[in-house]
Amino acid sequence: MAALLAAPAARAGLLFPESGGSPNADSIHTLYVMVFILALFIFVGVEGALLWALFRFKAKKGATAAQIHGNTKLEVGWTVGAFLILIFITAFTFIQLPSIKNPKPSLIDADGNQVSQVEGAQFAATNQSVPKGDTMTIEVNGQQYVWRYLYPGQDQLLTYTDMVVPVGMTVLLDITADDVVHSWWIPKLGGKMDAVPGYTNKLWFRIPPDAIPEGQKQVVYTGQCAELCGRNHANMYGRVIGMKMEDYKAWYAEKVQQVKTAETDVSEQQKELTEQQSQGDGE
Amino acid sequence: MSDHSLGRPQIIASAVDNPDRTRGWTSWITTTDHKKIGIMYLATVLVFFILGGVEALLIRTQLAVPDNTLLTPERYNQILTMHGTTMVFLVVVPVWAGFANYLLPLMLGARDVAFPRLNAWSYWMYLFGGIALYASMLYSPPEAGWFSYVPLSLKQYSGTNGQEAWIYMVHLTGLSSIIGAINFIATIHNMRAPGMGWGRMPLFVWTILIYAYLVIVALTSLAATVTMLLLDRNFGTGFFDPAQGGSALLWQHLFWFFGHPEVYILVLPAFGVFSEILPVFARKPIFGYKAIAAATVGIAFLGMLVWAHHMFATPMSTTVLAFFMLMSFVIAVPTGVKIFNWIATLWRGTVEWTTALLYCVGGIATFTMGGITGIFLAVFPIDWQLTDTYFVVAHFHYTAFGASAFAMFGALYFWWPKMTGRMLSEKTGKLGFALLFIGFHTTFLIQHSAGLSGMPRRIYEYSESSWTVYNFISTIGAFMIALAAAVTVFSVVWSLKRGAIAGPDPWKANTLEWFTPSPPPENNFDVVPRVRSVEPMKDIRREIEQRTNSEQRYRSGQPLMR
Repeated sequence: MAALLAAPAARAGLLFPESGGSPNADSIHTLYVMVFILALFIFVGVEGALLWALFRFKAKKGATAAQIHGNTKLEVGWTVGAFLILIFITAFTFIQLPSIKNPKPSLIDADGNQVSQVEGAQFAATNQSVPKGDTMTIEVNGQQYVWRYLYPGQDQLLTYTDMVVPVGMTVLLDITADDVVHSWWIPKLGGKMDAVPGYTNKLWFRIPPDAIPEGQKQVVYTGQCAELCGRNHANMYGRVIGMKMEDYKAWYAEKVQQVKTAETDVSEQQKELTEQQSQGDGE
Repeated sequence: MSDHSLGRPQIIASAVDNPDRTRGWTSWITTTDHKKIGIMYLATVLVFFILGGVEALLIRTQLAVPDNTLLTPERYNQILTMHGTTMVFLVVVPVWAGFANYLLPLMLGARDVAFPRLNAWSYWMYLFGGIALYASMLYSPPEAGWFSYVPLSLKQYSGTNGQEAWIYMVHLTGLSSIIGAINFIATIHNMRAPGMGWGRMPLFVWTILIYAYLVIVALTSLAATVTMLLLDRNFGTGFFDPAQGGSALLWQHLFWFFGHPEVYILVLPAFGVFSEILPVFARKPIFGYKAIAAATVGIAFLGMLVWAHHMFATPMSTTVLAFFMLMSFVIAVPTGVKIFNWIATLWRGTVEWTTALLYCVGGIATFTMGGITGIFLAVFPIDWQLTDTYFVVAHFHYTAFGASAFAMFGALYFWWPKMTGRMLSEKTGKLGFALLFIGFHTTFLIQHSAGLSGMPRRIYEYSESSWTVYNFISTIGAFMIALAAAVTVFSVVWSLKRGAIAGPDPWKANTLEWFTPSPPPENNFDVVPRVRSVEPMKDIRREIEQRTNSEQRYRSGQPLMR
């Protein structure tokens, strides 16, 4: 048991959910481990009693079965016991819930500077709250079979499949869909949320600044659509790439530039085509 | 053997055999006899169980290795839809209708169900529903999953008529189940033997009564829901189409309002089977009869208030999430009570390791595990990680397969002698059980890990190498399950010709169906005894013992009829 607790990360995937990319994923992990330990006791107790009864009371010559019809005290006891365990899990869930549901404030501001933490400023969740300080809202849109991301800012930058974000920044996701129901899920960044056409779902994550491996410029988290969305559901991937703020800004500027160049190219091509066509008409 | 059979209860029912009327295929298709209808249900279930099983093997074979190209994405989605739909609508719901048909009048001391002709109709509706679905194999099977979420199941995204076949199947089998449920309710309320009050009714009958009420609530609701889908698809109503102001979430609420009670429709009769078989082979009264009956009612009621735990990842407020989490917790209590009562029934008994008993204990052990993983899923923040992954696939197979399929096999071994007059081989039975138990856990235990490491459900291929080993192990297990099913089918066929003659009461069991010959005559009983306890056969044996001075009671360690 102690070993289980000591090295949960090593057993992520086999016994525990993935985590490590965001505080909410870590909180879900903690909650899961708590329920797991409790469940282990229940499992061993119940299955043990069942097996014991099966082997210990196997029919033998000369044995007689006790003709018992019930035992009210015992029955009331285990009913109450079961309730108590569930009340405990409920309480623990609500203790953990704010740290999963409510976005934490960013560790950096919009310019990439460290900000001092005000962790105490949470309040209990009814719906997603807005944390203090700078945040970044990305609109995630599911379509058969690709994820599209709309970045904040005047440029209305869109990317597909790969979402690039600054590490340390709290990213709020507004999740929608255009056609059928999809489900956004990057296991290491927390739970999944369905993308239902006509509705906006909320999720958040904040990649720790130290998540970028040394000597590298980015950290990559992968996931894929989790709700059957048609024939190519298996290949609807999503990736979240975390970069330092200055790298993110450079990436963002480059992307915007690329889009502009592409748009100019297209409009020039269109112009040429129109001219060609009108010449052709003239002949 | 002879000295055992000498001392059996004297049977006061005689078969009136008119071969023209009681044999031959016309006697089957025109029958209104609940026993023949029950057997037709079970035989049809077997066919669909094999079809659904083959579909499962195709799924597992496709996923055995990464980037497999055995099935196209289109085929894969069709097969996963057919597998789920078949197992839920054409196997596990009707299997209980089959057993209930056969057993209910016998257990109650009645000569047939309340409405025998309606009963025949309900069987034929089930068969035609199955045919309607499988006819789509000839053109294009449905591919939107057994849950048929909109908008995917709308015309724009699922253009083929397979979806209509699915809807017609739901309508026909739904009608079958609703009519059957009305029949069961009328039978149970009105046709119990003299002296059989609510507190002396066999627990299997209790679960069928509650099953029937749940069927009426859940399947009528589903009938309306799929009608809306049919209208959306073909006549341009916009109930579910977001593009026309419809709601994609509405379908999910309506579907799961049926879908979760459905889970208990599948599983409550399995609980009833456990509650019947365990006391027989522990040679002990059921522990806490009233608590088990009350828990059945409690589970059914709460079962109607937990549906949105299938939808924890959809856009909902925390209040709603918390409500459905709490209700899902509360339902664990009556379920736990049942498990404790079963263990207490074995406790201090003299437990005979018959195949039927092993299936029940194996089923309880497996279901317990499914109940425990259910706690994880009920905690909605944890569910955000686990939902729609293989963890959930594992969880519901532990419940639906663990309870329902194990109970189905247990019931087969227990009641087969009554239905056919012949015993199933205990040796092959135990082999089949061992293969099924090991095969099942090999298939599904490892799927929890696949889900925890990020593998979503319903994907036709994967490239992630860390999932390969989980999937490969799971596929090996699936083929073991197939082998186990083959062993059981062989055992059944062999027994029909060669099985030992069972006699009326081979197990020295507790309930009234063992009071009549095996198989029972068309009228079941010539005389219906007065019922004085939950275990009328024990009373009858005691009475015969007093009258004839020949020992009737079971002594521990004494060999059973083989």
